[in-house]
Amino acid sequence: MSRLGNLGARLYRGEVGYDFIGNRKIWYGISILITITAIVGLAVSGLNMGIEFKGGAVFTTPKTSVSVSEAEDVATEASGHQAIVQKLGNGGLRIQITEVDTAKSDQIKGELSKSLDVPEEKIAADLVGPSWGEQIANKAWTGLGVFMVLVVIYLAIAFEWRMAIAALVALIHDITITVGIYALVGFEVTPGTVIGLLTILGYSLYDTVVVFDSLKEGTKGITKQTRWTYSEIANRSINGTLVRSINTTVVALLPVAGLLFIGGGVLGAGMLNDISLALFVGLAAGAYSSIFIATPLVADLKEREPQMKALKKRILAKRAAAAAKGELNEAEQAEQADEQYPEDAAPAGAVVGQRQEPPRGHGRTPGKRR
Amino acid sequence: MAAPKKGRGPAGGQGRPGRSLALILIAMVALTGGMFLADQPTPRLGIDLAGGTSITLEAKAEPGQESAINKTNMDTAVQIMERRVNGLGVSEAEVQTQGESNIIVNIPKGTNSAQAREQVGTTAKLYFRPVLTVAQGTPTPAPSASSTDKASPSAEPSAKASDKASSSAKPSSTATTQGRAVTGALKADPTPSPKASTTPEASATPTASAEEQAAAADLQKKFEALDCSSKASRSKASQGTKATDTVVACEQDGSAKYVLGPAEVDGTDVDSAKAAINQQTGQWIVQMEFTDGGAKKFNKTTGKLAQQQQPQNQFAIALDGEVVSAPSVSQALSANAEISGSFTQQSAEDLANVLSYGALPLSFEEQSVTTVTAALGGEQLRAGLIAGAIGLALVVIYLVAYYRGLAFIALLSLLVSGILTYTIMSLLGPAIGFALNLPAVCGAIVAIGITADSFIVYFERIRDEIREGRTLRPAVERAWPRARRTILVSDFVSFLAAAVLFVVTVGKVQGFAFTLGLTTLLDVVVVFLFTKPVMTIMARTKFFASGHPWSGLDPKRLGAKPPLRRSRRVNAPTDPKEA
Repeated sequence: MSRLGNLGARLYRGEVGYDFIGNRKIWYGISILITITAIVGLAVSGLNMGIEFKGGAVFTTPKTSVSVSEAEDVATEASGHQAIVQKLGNGGLRIQITEVDTAKSDQIKGELSKSLDVPEEKIAADLVGPSWGEQIANKAWTGLGVFMVLVVIYLAIAFEWRMAIAALVALIHDITITVGIYALVGFEVTPGTVIGLLTILGYSLYDTVVVFDSLKEGTKGITKQTRWTYSEIANRSINGTLVRSINTTVVALLPVAGLLFIGGGVLGAGMLNDISLALFVGLAAGAYSSIFIATPLVADLKEREPQMKALKKRILAKRAAAAAKGELNEAEQAEQADEQYPEDAAPAGAVVGQRQEPPRGHGRTPGKRR
Repeated sequence: MAAPKKGRGPAGGQGRPGRSLALILIAMVALTGGMFLADQPTPRLGIDLAGGTSITLEAKAEPGQESAINKTNMDTAVQIMERRVNGLGVSEAEVQTQGESNIIVNIPKGTNSAQAREQVGTTAKLYFRPVLTVAQGTPTPAPSASSTDKASPSAEPSAKASDKASSSAKPSSTATTQGRAVTGALKADPTPSPKASTTPEASATPTASAEEQAAAADLQKKFEALDCSSKASRSKASQGTKATDTVVACEQDGSAKYVLGPAEVDGTDVDSAKAAINQQTGQWIVQMEFTDGGAKKFNKTTGKLAQQQQPQNQFAIALDGEVVSAPSVSQALSANAEISGSFTQQSAEDLANVLSYGALPLSFEEQSVTTVTAALGGEQLRAGLIAGAIGLALVVIYLVAYYRGLAFIALLSLLVSGILTYTIMSLLGPAIGFALNLPAVCGAIVAIGITADSFIVYFERIRDEIREGRTLRPAVERAWPRARRTILVSDFVSFLAAAVLFVVTVGKVQGFAFTLGLTTLLDVVVVFLFTKPVMTIMARTKFFASGHPWSGLDPKRLGAKPPLRRSRRVNAPTDPKEA
């Protein structure tokens, strides 16, 4: 911990750090590449839609000695459609048959029960009409759309429109990647997957919002100082919240890992597995995008503002002057180690702590009392 | 919980941690007490965890009547289905609407789900239609008709029909069909003999325009082609028709087919119906009672029908396009009517059921049927719980390893959050019919992460303040407003996602969204009313305040800046003021 804690402190103070903003073009490039791959994958191989979307039946048997291939033959013969049979962790079988209607499935269930020698009431059945899946999918899309609009509005109010746009781009990025991975790997898409995917919405944004919040705080009063450009502050915000981002992502992923382990390992297939798989992929993408995509995008958008352009110009001029003086460079670095956020340094400068203490304290007191 | 008590005394200035803690404690006690009072010590389990059958139905609007799918009609349909399913002796079956056009029927394990499914599936619409023509239920045009009614060869009905006349023969087989009789007050007509009749002017079809004649010819063709021998074709016969159309229809058992006029009275006009034994004849009869509006309509219709000859003095009780019974009328009837015939107890009760519960305002289509065996349900529940335990354990290990002493506060908060979630879920069972299903369990597990995230945001903030050289007490207070904003903003986004999902989606997604939304709300409550006050109190203990290496707040380990620390000491007296 101590080492991590120390790293946290050094990241926080900006002693160490990765230049996320400076290298943004690389990460944009990587993301664009991944996104294109995902889209191509989606276009070429398409999604492997589960029974719930195509319509059909899924039967789950208790522990049985019948082999997978035998069961496959029986089910295929009984239904007249190709059956897919999986062995489950508990020794039972999961038999999927597409394109049977709900009436026919009763008959198939009867035949399965006879051939597999399992009492009919011990076979669990999931029968889905084809339009049901379509309805779920349509509603999910509607939900996605409504959510995006609301979130953009909310973020535009709570933060600003640039951040809202950047968050939206990051969100679309996460979803595209997740869907692309599903297409490329050929994981089955079920309502569980949709649930997982939709949950990513909230989660991916949660991460982004934490970084934005720190960014907003860090850039308060940015025009009153001439030390840092917006991009530089953004970079420090990312680095400063890096530990937090990693922690929140790890803590979010741990329960999902538990789900994935049990869902995949013990039950073999089903809802738990589907939800957690989508979540796992999406969360990873979400953590990546909030750091590498969303914040650099905000910086990019922000730097276009005339105000910020002017600021950058002033800062560059100042630095050029300082560089001319040569030595000063070093002094500045020393200051840099001392400094927290520009607002802290805003009034005058070098010696930080004490002098700013009183105004800061007063400024925040009202908030604290609440 | 020992520490909070210790700290309650000098709580005073710093946001009154004692008061918040007392509040949440009272809430917890009240919820737990309520849970036991309501005798709901566990959350109600959904079908996928407890076993049983879950049927999802979707309302289908008739063409041109899309507005029929509204809340009133859906609620009526739910009531009717509930009565029907529970009328089967299925206990605790539950019918609820979901979204705009879906109804979910949950039937717990141990009941005959096939029978229940059939009952619910028979989401019928009931109409009383005047009978225009009757024939045997096979396409061959009126074979027995020609034998009993020599005057009408097979070609004739079609010709006459195009004149707006209807002609038919009533095969003897239909004579034994139950309920082929009506009594207004007393008059029974139990054995109508096979006979054919032709009436040039059927009451429901006034003199026709060319267009109507074409339609009538079309109808006649349909009628001739109609084959009532298979179930599929019987249900197909009435597809796509409206209440105001003249339609062809089959007898439910396929023994006869009819041409029926527009609906005169519909199922919603029936107030109640029951099977009873006629004291005089000792036969089973069905007694009907109409609503006020229904009685007027029924009186008018029967008055008209009573003037007619066979078979036009009959009205058909058509359920989802199939004729359940077609009694004949001998006089105008009013609010109370009685159907007699060769009923058995079973068939009388069935008809009464159809009459009283059959009046669904919409038609429904089975969308999905999930049958979960008790064994599988138990297994899924177990798997969910194990997954949750593993997830929780991993989070705990991580928190302890990273935050040490602070993890204790995080764990207490998680515990509080867990208790609140559990009790509220239990109470929501009877309150709004909430049932914990597998996606909801998933939502709760995922929520562990969201809840823990809030603590991390706050803890990291405190550590940042300590790194700036503050001592713990001011750090805790100073970190709070900033952490609070972050927590609120991110929880709001999470809650927004959950709320949108809940409103927009259906089925399993909804259960998940509900849990996620609930836990997000509780997260805010817990962080505000528990974590923060506890943190304030803990900051006063020596263990945390001195930055014990195991407290997770050791300034040295956190790399607090030495110069600032020195300066803080000089400034120490100002601290309380600031805080």
